[in-house]
Amino acid sequence: MQVNGEKILLTRRMSLEEFLLQRCYRLDRVVAELNGEIISVDRYGQVMLADEDVLEIISFVGGG
Amino acid sequence: MVDKTLLNQALCGRHGKVFAEKMARAHVAVAGLGGLGSNVAVMLVRMGIGHLHLIDYDRVDISNLNRQQYTVADIGRYKTEVLQKYLLQINPYVDIKADCLKLSAGNIVEVLARDEIVCEALDAPDAKAMLVNEVLTVFTDKKVVAASGMAGLGSANDVVTRKISDRLYICGDGRSDCSKMPLTAARVALCAAHQANIISRIILGLE
Repeated sequence: MQVNGEKILLTRRMSLEEFLLQRCYRLDRVVAELNGEIISVDRYGQVMLADEDVLEIISFVGGG
Repeated sequence: MVDKTLLNQALCGRHGKVFAEKMARAHVAVAGLGGLGSNVAVMLVRMGIGHLHLIDYDRVDISNLNRQQYTVADIGRYKTEVLQKYLLQINPYVDIKADCLKLSAGNIVEVLARDEIVCEALDAPDAKAMLVNEVLTVFTDKKVVAASGMAGLGSANDVVTRKISDRLYICGDGRSDCSKMPLTAARVALCAAHQANIISRIILGLE
């Protein structure tokens, strides 16, 4: 799987939500684009990641 | 009152007719009128934007003066009201819609219905993520230019524009959080300039 340009190995099948939590992302501050599609937050728990997926995660910081 | 053609020529004439026409037809929303938004709005007007939608629920505070386009006389007044008035002094012919409200998942569809490009200029990280997620999942054609990471006094060269997809661009250094370091006029305006620049490039079909 590719995450933010880096190749990573998925050790087991997991949902996008579990992946994000495992990597300590705050679910209320991220935008996740999976294979070119922005995934709405309410689907994070249902979307299952696969080896061939390309994932882009943007984690927002404050300021503006 | 200055002549409309003359002013239009002054604002964007030097880039040619196509530039002027595309900028005049564009509908851009600026969500948040703080350090990013107030600067983006001024720049877009000076570049000849035709339709600008200003959105912010807040009033000008003295702490805003270190980076936002407001003055001492504006303290206590609504940002939408102050900024709209200032922008109309730059270009009396720009079409401005001002909404003094807080954007939420519940009102985004209605509020942003007519805007082609949404400039995310909010301050809280969860609000930023919410706006980007809602606009890109609810609408199929709107584009978002967001911002993340502009605090502190790090190198200006670290502030970049990243194209995430055809519909999402993110400006900033991606990491300098205002909860950890203060916001300054130069670096915030730098990020705002990135936003205004990419917005104009999208409008002109250069992306």
